[in-house]
Amino acid sequence: MKVSEYIKLGGYELLTKSDYGDREIDGCYTGDLLSWVMGRAEEDNVWITVMSNINIVAVASLSGAACIVLAEGVSPDEGVIKKADAQDIIVLRSDKTAYELCADYFKFTNNDKL
Amino acid sequence: MLKHYNIDGQDFSIAGEASSDFKRRLKKLGISPDVIRRVAIAMYEAEINTIIHGGGGECDAEVSNDKITVTFTDHGPGIKDIDLAMQEGYSTATEQIRELGFGAGMGLPNIKNYTDDMEIETEVGKGTVVRLIVKL
Repeated sequence: MKVSEYIKLGGYELLTKSDYGDREIDGCYTGDLLSWVMGRAEEDNVWITVMSNINIVAVASLSGAACIVLAEGVSPDEGVIKKADAQDIIVLRSDKTAYELCADYFKFTNNDKL
Repeated sequence: MLKHYNIDGQDFSIAGEASSDFKRRLKKLGISPDVIRRVAIAMYEAEINTIIHGGGGECDAEVSNDKITVTFTDHGPGIKDIDLAMQEGYSTATEQIRELGFGAGMGLPNIKNYTDDMEIETEVGKGTVVRLIVKL
């Protein structure tokens, strides 16, 4: 599934300027402890979190996340989107909880990645 | 290729810049994605540790024929009990650092898991050197 398709299916808000080449998504991970995410999330995962500080950009970039989804309508801290745009990291937002966003992903992918 | 980075101990907003820059350079060299990912994860953890615990320091990253070696040096308080520090979940990070999403006690374990070799030289009151090696 492409990021553009994922955004459309979920009705998520795209906070960054672009979907940056419309990356392919492969799997989903949720977590807020950055080192935990860094060590456990896999390349091309959707990363769902309520953590909104500037460090999420580096974690997404270095772990190879396909995109970040900010859950529960959290607003990114100042500078996050600018930095994400500079590093071609896609940031999305939804009012749904992390649980509901995981359930969305499960539904979108017909369970084949879980 | 040899790269030297200064790690600012005060500015959390640029944490990960050295790791991100080195990752980009490895990509340009055509290093395999799996190796790049392992180096990036381990290097980021060490970079964060250098900021959180070491108060900043230096990083030297080298690509040779058969391996990638990254060395972080700080002049912070040192590690009192390395065995304890290596345990998943153990952390001496402050509450303020934890609120940023760090301090899960996964830093050193992640470095160990994602590298082929890891060396720590530390002296209480003097500082710490962490060297991580990933074979090509």
